[in-house]
Amino acid sequence: MSTLTDSPEGTFRLSMLLNDRRYRSYTFQGIALVLLIAVVVYLANNVMTNLRDLGLNISYEFLGSPAGYDINQTLIDYSSQSTNLRAAFVGIINTLLVAVLACITATFFGVIAGVLRLSNNWLVRKLMAVYVEIFRNIPVLIWIIIIFTILTAVLPGSRAYLGETPDKDMLLGYFAFTNRGVYAPAPIWNAGSGVVVAVFVASIVGIFAYRRYARNLLYATGKLLPTGWPTLAILIVPVVLTFFIMGQPIGLDAPDPLANRFNLKGGIQIGAPLIALWLALSIYTGAFIAENVRAGIQAVSKGQTEAAAALGLRSGRIMNLVVLPQALRVIIPPLISNYLNITKNTSLAIAVGYADITATLGGITLNQTGRAIECVMLLMLFYLVISLGISMLMNVYNNAMKLKER
Amino acid sequence: MKKTVFLGALTVAGLAAGVAAAGTLDDVKARGKLNCGVTTGLVGFAAPDANGEWKGFDVAVCRAVAAATLGDPAAVEFVPTTGKTRFTALASGEIDMLARNTTWTFSRDVDLKFTFTGVNYYDGQGFMAPKALGVSSAKELDGATVCIQTGTTTELNLADFFRANNISYQPVPIETNAEAQQQYLAGACDVFTTDASGLAATRATFEAPGDHILLPEIVSKEPLGPLVRHGDDEWADVVRWTLNALITAEELGVTSANIGEMSAAAGGNPEINRLLGTEGNLGEMLGLSADWATKAIMASGNYGEVFEQNIGESTPIGLSRGLNAQWTNGGLLYSPPFR
Amino acid sequence: MSDKRADSVAFVRETFLAEQPAPASATGVVKWLQDNLFPTWGNGLLTIVSLYVIYALVTSTAPWMFNGIWNTESLSECREILDGASAACFSVLTERWNQLLFGFKYPPSEYWRPTVAFVLMFAALAPVLFFDLPRKLLIITALFPFTAYWLIWGGTIFTPLVALLGVFAGYLVYARFVKGSFAMGFFGGVAAAFAVWIVGGMMIPEGANDAALLEAVPSRDLGGFMLNMMLGLTCVSLSVPIGIALALGRQSSLPLIKVICVVFIEFIRGVPLITLLFVANVMLAYFFPPGSGVDLFLRVVIMITMFSAAYIAEVIRGGLAALPKGQYEAADSLGLDYPQAMRLIILPQALKISIPGIVNVAVGLFKDTTLVSVISMFDLVGMIRGPILASTEWNGIYWELFMFASVLFFIVCYGISQYSQWLERRLATDHR
Repeated sequence: MSTLTDSPEGTFRLSMLLNDRRYRSYTFQGIALVLLIAVVVYLANNVMTNLRDLGLNISYEFLGSPAGYDINQTLIDYSSQSTNLRAAFVGIINTLLVAVLACITATFFGVIAGVLRLSNNWLVRKLMAVYVEIFRNIPVLIWIIIIFTILTAVLPGSRAYLGETPDKDMLLGYFAFTNRGVYAPAPIWNAGSGVVVAVFVASIVGIFAYRRYARNLLYATGKLLPTGWPTLAILIVPVVLTFFIMGQPIGLDAPDPLANRFNLKGGIQIGAPLIALWLALSIYTGAFIAENVRAGIQAVSKGQTEAAAALGLRSGRIMNLVVLPQALRVIIPPLISNYLNITKNTSLAIAVGYADITATLGGITLNQTGRAIECVMLLMLFYLVISLGISMLMNVYNNAMKLKER
Repeated sequence: MKKTVFLGALTVAGLAAGVAAAGTLDDVKARGKLNCGVTTGLVGFAAPDANGEWKGFDVAVCRAVAAATLGDPAAVEFVPTTGKTRFTALASGEIDMLARNTTWTFSRDVDLKFTFTGVNYYDGQGFMAPKALGVSSAKELDGATVCIQTGTTTELNLADFFRANNISYQPVPIETNAEAQQQYLAGACDVFTTDASGLAATRATFEAPGDHILLPEIVSKEPLGPLVRHGDDEWADVVRWTLNALITAEELGVTSANIGEMSAAAGGNPEINRLLGTEGNLGEMLGLSADWATKAIMASGNYGEVFEQNIGESTPIGLSRGLNAQWTNGGLLYSPPFR
Repeated sequence: MSDKRADSVAFVRETFLAEQPAPASATGVVKWLQDNLFPTWGNGLLTIVSLYVIYALVTSTAPWMFNGIWNTESLSECREILDGASAACFSVLTERWNQLLFGFKYPPSEYWRPTVAFVLMFAALAPVLFFDLPRKLLIITALFPFTAYWLIWGGTIFTPLVALLGVFAGYLVYARFVKGSFAMGFFGGVAAAFAVWIVGGMMIPEGANDAALLEAVPSRDLGGFMLNMMLGLTCVSLSVPIGIALALGRQSSLPLIKVICVVFIEFIRGVPLITLLFVANVMLAYFFPPGSGVDLFLRVVIMITMFSAAYIAEVIRGGLAALPKGQYEAADSLGLDYPQAMRLIILPQALKISIPGIVNVAVGLFKDTTLVSVISMFDLVGMIRGPILASTEWNGIYWELFMFASVLFFIVCYGISQYSQWLERRLATDHR
């Protein structure tokens, strides 16, 4: 073989660049490199020429100047005198907030719908199929707008809750649902509340310790301790006890209907745009996750279930010990890419006026400063960092979960 | 599959690019069409009607410029732009001029390198509130939720106003007017703020316009006007003086009804004669035909007529002239003389 | 035998019993109900909850839908007729039907053109989607882009003709040289096509557009659902070849090419489509030479194509990875070079595995075309949020319009995903 293809040294001909395997790869890479450089130079040159002709420049100084606009929902201190950079941070935090919330609820919806799609109840099965198909086949932008419209139209304005004799009473005296958002009480941390929190944390640690002990006992002696009610007991009893012993140090700051003629004041307000976006993203992505969950459960072959049953396991244990661990291996990679999609789809917040990064940096800041190139570049950089971060986590997980073949 | 078509189109576009001339005026003449940036839809200022025809106050400015340069008020390509895209569209040459109720500010003029060619509407940011709310002044809005139609300098003015009066508010920025209005009507915000003209236009479309009042405060100066790229003074002159021609025409009593006979031969008023090209060579100085202003005025009438047709008191929008009256009537419209 | 038995046994039945129907509890509706709706208490509860949900949905929407009004000129007329009752005002759909489908600027006298193109699309897609159809029908598919371009944009017929000629010339050159070396054939073909385009482009007479058979329609005037369909179809079909190239590049042993492809794919997949559209809208204009005036439609097509190409590349990479290694080794052992191995052995199999995935990307992409409404293009959603909701006649109407948009998208996307499932079932048979 080698005698056939290897030409003698020194008789290098130009055609070998194309025809000889040893050189061809260099040729192609050389061409690719030249093309790449040419394209980059061409584009960069165009940008430079265009900007110079227009007398514009690329400058990030606007990030340091006051933003000049207010933002509705902020988790960090922000006023109209803060810088554009801080406005961008507010946006980043809001993006992450809605993304995390939506990931959690989407998983919840998705798992329920996915399991119910395999239910032996015909009606439930069909209903879930309808849910999945309807939400998967209509663009998320339309869903976001529709859900925002529903919230606006169905919920009352906040004036219904205001005044001495409101039209509507707050739920339990604490919760108000308006088309501006949901008002909930905020906790007030008085002296001694630290102890309650500490006890709460301690009980969580206690739960883990107890479960570990129960498992070890099971493996060592075969003795099975109950886990359900002791968990609840460990979680609730000490916390409630300390709460009363310390003299009820944690109070609730309920939204006050009398403070203002326009809005409820005090407590926590979750804005309607956030709710609309959160709901829309979680229901929409939930439909995709439902399909993943269904596929994952179906991917576990029936023999596994039967084998587990033959070993004498009860059906709950079959699910927990045999089916789920194997199904998760199938479910988790697409699940994470769905999380990625949620994060990217939060950029549609622009349609409902939620102040995410696309709406602050890529919206009002861009609008007011006119610095389009800079803003869009920073915007893409942010999303890229987030996405690559999530992908990296996914790779770590995939490597950990890879079937260890021998 | 379709790659080829687009590559073909690209090639053709590339070839066409080779012959592009230097000045915008020459470009427009060579193209035979004026590319004019407008809003994506604000009734009264620029909005397509049921037949897809663009109508409105800003549209009329575009048509006048097209008539002056090309002799045909229909030779306009209307490019809808959003608040975000308008400046890039103008800077990159996608449009020749922007007539999209854009506020003339220092930073836009100086930092973004645009030239404002005048003011076609003196506006100011106002508030609209339901009558039932019982608010009579914007200063009573402490704690209110405010719907903002984003796009112009609205957010900044609002923040300044509330800060100056030391009262708090919750902003709800909404991209399109229709959605902001939906929020406002459903009670998701207490007041709606945007330019006063826009508020009037919006209120006009309500089921019960009488249930809403415009608060007396005007919190900002919003001189809205057409703008062009910085550095092309010939083109800026064309746009500036076309607008001035419309204003002067009203001042001198030249209307679309009498312009035919006035422009037929030189009359007794030398300024009218110079404006309509029956005397002097103003058109030539601009690089246009002698009757450029005549055509511009004939496109949709003088300033007053354009105002009355699109946003005046006889229209559903029902704006009074106010600041936008001629200086002779106590307004701010004051065109430099044509001589 | 039988008589012996008859003696020894008290009674033997000598005739068959008539067949009895199964007991009511084990057959028919009752059995089905019991098995499928009320197998256990918990399950029965679920059924009842579901029934209530369905009931609530139907009673709340049905009267609204069925009392809908179809023939008024404006929302206020609708309100007058309804007189406070709650019902849909579907007349916005009838009145703005054409705008919803074609956008507000497409000349009404020319509506037949996109309609014909739409019908032709089915003829063109059929041989691609259904392998059983005669392969000769692919000619229609090959001609479709040019016909559709001409029909929708109008203008001189020379533009699509030159484009077609270029492709034809490229194909001829490719066919001539591909036997010798794939690279030579490929690059020769591309060069030939470009040569024809440039020469042909110069030969198109100035002002040919004015004398054209079909009135030219600038791409800015396209809109409505037509725009969604066009963006979806164009970008998906363009991105399949690019996606294949990217996937092969990512698998490549040439480090430089591999790095370029990986960076491109990861970058595109890492950012939301909306930021890419911002790039198309506010930045891309700076990347072209001054005054080249590449219009917004083309810029958006470029960005969406890049977007979907990156996703399709990942799908195809999955297909390539799923092929057993033996296939690669078999190709090598036959003495095939890289292009031959790919063209004849690897890609046909890998693509076949990837088709369902590609279809999924296509559905997602089609849905994502609604995002162009954010950058002032008037697609279906853009038409609704822009001109229609801003008009004095229809200001304040939401449900009817968004329901209509949802129904249109649902029909198309559900259709495609059903096709994909059918295909998956069909392809699955020969792997078992």
